[in-house]
Amino acid sequence: MTVKQISVFLENRPGMLAEFTKVLEKANIDLRALSLAENEDFGIVRVIVDDAYATIQTLKENGYICSMTPVLAVEIPDKPGALVKMLTILGDGGVNLEYTYAFLAKKPGSAFMILRVADAKAAADILLQAGIRPICQDEMEELFK
Amino acid sequence: MQHYFAPEVETASREELTKLQDQRLVETVRRVYRDVPYYRKKMDAAGVSPDDIHGTADLHLLPFLSKEDLRSQYPDGLLARPVSDCVRIHSTSGTTGRRVVAYYTQNDVDMWEECCARALAAAGATKEDVVQVCYGYGLFTGGAGLHGGSHKLGSLTLPMSSGNTDRQIQFMTDLGATVLCCTPSYAAYLAETICERGLRDQIRLKAGIFGAEAWTEEMRREIEEKLGIRAYDIYGLTEISGPGVAYECSEQNGMHINEDNFIAEIIDPVTGEVLPDGEKGELVFTSITKEAFPLIRYRTKDICILNREKCACGRTFVRMTKPLGRSDDMLIVKGVNVFPSQIETVLLNNGYPANYQIIVTREKHTDNIEVQVEMTSEMFSDSLKEVTAREKALVADLKAMLGIKCDVRLVAPKSIERSEGKAKRVIDKRGLYKG
Repeated sequence: MTVKQISVFLENRPGMLAEFTKVLEKANIDLRALSLAENEDFGIVRVIVDDAYATIQTLKENGYICSMTPVLAVEIPDKPGALVKMLTILGDGGVNLEYTYAFLAKKPGSAFMILRVADAKAAADILLQAGIRPICQDEMEELFK
Repeated sequence: MQHYFAPEVETASREELTKLQDQRLVETVRRVYRDVPYYRKKMDAAGVSPDDIHGTADLHLLPFLSKEDLRSQYPDGLLARPVSDCVRIHSTSGTTGRRVVAYYTQNDVDMWEECCARALAAAGATKEDVVQVCYGYGLFTGGAGLHGGSHKLGSLTLPMSSGNTDRQIQFMTDLGATVLCCTPSYAAYLAETICERGLRDQIRLKAGIFGAEAWTEEMRREIEEKLGIRAYDIYGLTEISGPGVAYECSEQNGMHINEDNFIAEIIDPVTGEVLPDGEKGELVFTSITKEAFPLIRYRTKDICILNREKCACGRTFVRMTKPLGRSDDMLIVKGVNVFPSQIETVLLNNGYPANYQIIVTREKHTDNIEVQVEMTSEMFSDSLKEVTAREKALVADLKAMLGIKCDVRLVAPKSIERSEGKAKRVIDKRGLYKG
């Protein structure tokens, strides 16, 4: 009920993100979603990719510090108010979001949210009870075909 | 016109000085051997007896004393007088058990204050002057030393201590301070602030005595120009007494060592061999008048050159250069002693690797220290909050260990330059040790 997110440590300097994406390009890795959090001296880039294991291996070979984290991916209608509805369900359920970001797939009328929470299973249960089913890793790939 | 505080000693002939040193050294060695078990043990181990020491020519026979000796004898293992004879202590800036406590009898305080009075007089101060002391007061010797020296000279003393720049400038202008005593970086800061506020014509300063940290000739010129004064260097260590072990005269060409109280040697820091005058090496001091805390052949770790040529000021005391570097890896940042090993300990305790680099810079006369440390898988997380919290904990622990704030910069693995497999630990960009 979760998808694999890869987080990578990058120094906050010009060219670092470009260098990182070049490494992915060489390994022919396709990005599905990307988000960046940074402070003054470093950033953490979080990506969802087509092949998480190949990505981890490539990054490690190239000397990057990275980690894999299970996150929730939720499909919502691409219209005003849809995000409010989903977030209200989580808020009412007492779920605190560590961070979140959005992406689009090749599915017209739908938007997708990545949710990073402390307890992914508990948050998934709350969503399920409200009739929202988080996407699993295999389904993720279907969205891009 | 030359001012001396103690002309009979400061301008004594070399023969007279040597005779005085010989006699005082013999007495001191006898006394420490008799009264301090630690010295007795060290001398016995080296196979030297007080009877072997007839004067300064025999000094090389005595074993060295290091900071580690002092630490191992903390707090009073080297005390040569009963505590009841002592009237004061001071302490080094060291943290985490690296502290050294120095004891003083009243005579020790008097001797030290006289050394500072000589420094003030050499800078042109007399009893007519108003001496503003903005070194820190307390365990640090800076404030107490110059304060006492100013009293001995009979000058009006402003015991400002450090900080509170507005009040410093107000007293300086309102009370007409003529001599400023503080660290060179604070002097530069004061000078800048005074100029910025357009108060240059309201100050009456004529001289400054600036020590406790390294400074360059460029900095001297800048301070002199901005404040319209002459800026003098002063040298000292808490272990030996405090500021005033050596002081600059009107020639501003090396610091005269108070040789009636301290014997200076230059040694090869590796072999311990005594080097002739004019050669660069580690400065070693033997105190020959201190009662409570006499030190025999104490290794300062400061790299200097001694110069015995006659000085135009008339003083015969040997001159030492500013420290040209350190024989260990110690850094002095913001006036505080910093060892890379301390930083390494904190990093390891916090789960970071020992792949780090210390970068010291000076901007607007203020030292800044940045520790760059390589990120590892163990310390990484997808949560910025978590990584930042660890970084903050590291900053807090470094501050607790060193006593000063360090910036921390997390860098990519293997990004710190290595030579022969080892990273270059310290990059000091201040350019202080050019000589």
